[in-house]
Amino acid sequence: MCDTCGCSTEGGAVLRKPGQSDYHVHVNEHEHAHGEHHSHEHGDHHHEGSGRKVVLEQDVLQKNNLLAERNRGYFEARKIFALNFLSSPGSGKTSLLEKIIPALQQCFPVAVIEGDQQTTNDADRIQALGVPVIQINTGSGCHLDALMVNRAMKELEMQNNSLLCIENVGNLVCPALFDLGEALKVVIISVTEGDDKPLKYPTMFHEADICILNKIDLLPYVEFDAAKCRENAMRVNHHLEWFELSAKTGEGLAALREWLEGKMAQH
Amino acid sequence: MHEMSIALSIVEAVEERARQEGAGWISEIELLVGKLAGIEPESLKFCFSAAAAGTLAARALLAIEEPEGVGECGECGMIFPVNFYYAECPACRSLRVKIISGEEFLIQSMTIEEEEE
Repeated sequence: MCDTCGCSTEGGAVLRKPGQSDYHVHVNEHEHAHGEHHSHEHGDHHHEGSGRKVVLEQDVLQKNNLLAERNRGYFEARKIFALNFLSSPGSGKTSLLEKIIPALQQCFPVAVIEGDQQTTNDADRIQALGVPVIQINTGSGCHLDALMVNRAMKELEMQNNSLLCIENVGNLVCPALFDLGEALKVVIISVTEGDDKPLKYPTMFHEADICILNKIDLLPYVEFDAAKCRENAMRVNHHLEWFELSAKTGEGLAALREWLEGKMAQH
Repeated sequence: MHEMSIALSIVEAVEERARQEGAGWISEIELLVGKLAGIEPESLKFCFSAAAAGTLAARALLAIEEPEGVGECGECGMIFPVNFYYAECPACRSLRVKIISGEEFLIQSMTIEEEEE
């Protein structure tokens, strides 16, 4: 059974590097022993069938959250500014990174962690830019978690004072719940989707810090109301930093770049 | 479908603690899952039975309490029930609403049994 989705028996995430087909590291998520039997000798005492209540009051995601905090501490110590990019598949996360990284690299080093169920296609595209990149293949998993990022960041050659872009698995639902240790969450929507997406998937927009509307070059050809979309996003989260751009034409990219440079300077 | 990895986290957490307590098996687990926590209790129960198979929690009953969402208006301070993140203050129509309850996601307690059956 998969450790994430329950879809198959081969669920563990795997780290890969572009161009190194024999490089392959397994991320073991859950190490609990199934079917373990232990014998337990009892004395003469009996509890008359009634159990004992043990109070835990523990966050269900505690393990992930604690590990995410460790990642966050590592990033802080090395002054690495980590962004978690989230969206549905096909809204242009990788294209945006391809477009913006060459400009950002003029100012500071950039590294990328790519998350996908399969293939190193995205990591191959990023590697072509000449930045350190590692691919996490989640197998049947629907999101990245703090452990996968923890393993990946140890394999990635990151410089101090750099920007780390973590591209999550394309999915607007599950990744919202899993803290990776990032400084900020960036959610991307494109104009070929619906302008009510923030209302349909509120958890993600509620968790995000930045919202990017991509593919605005296609606005004349689609029924998408950018102002309405922004209003919907703000209804879910009035703290959202909002950007509209086209990763294809480069329109609107300067504003995001300047904002990121400002954040890096403060960081 | 993140409920599966969440079900596994729950099993892992309770099993670890149950072993420390010297339990034979776990008969009940009490969870607090806020209505705004982003978790479907039915889906979680479904996944739990698969996740718990072969563990000390295999026969555990999952008792889920679901606290309602509560928002506080950032403008007028009114406190009111919310069902969604995009709540609007019923008094002043402000959208500056802070969620103060309903996002809980805790393992409250478990009941452990001494006897192995």
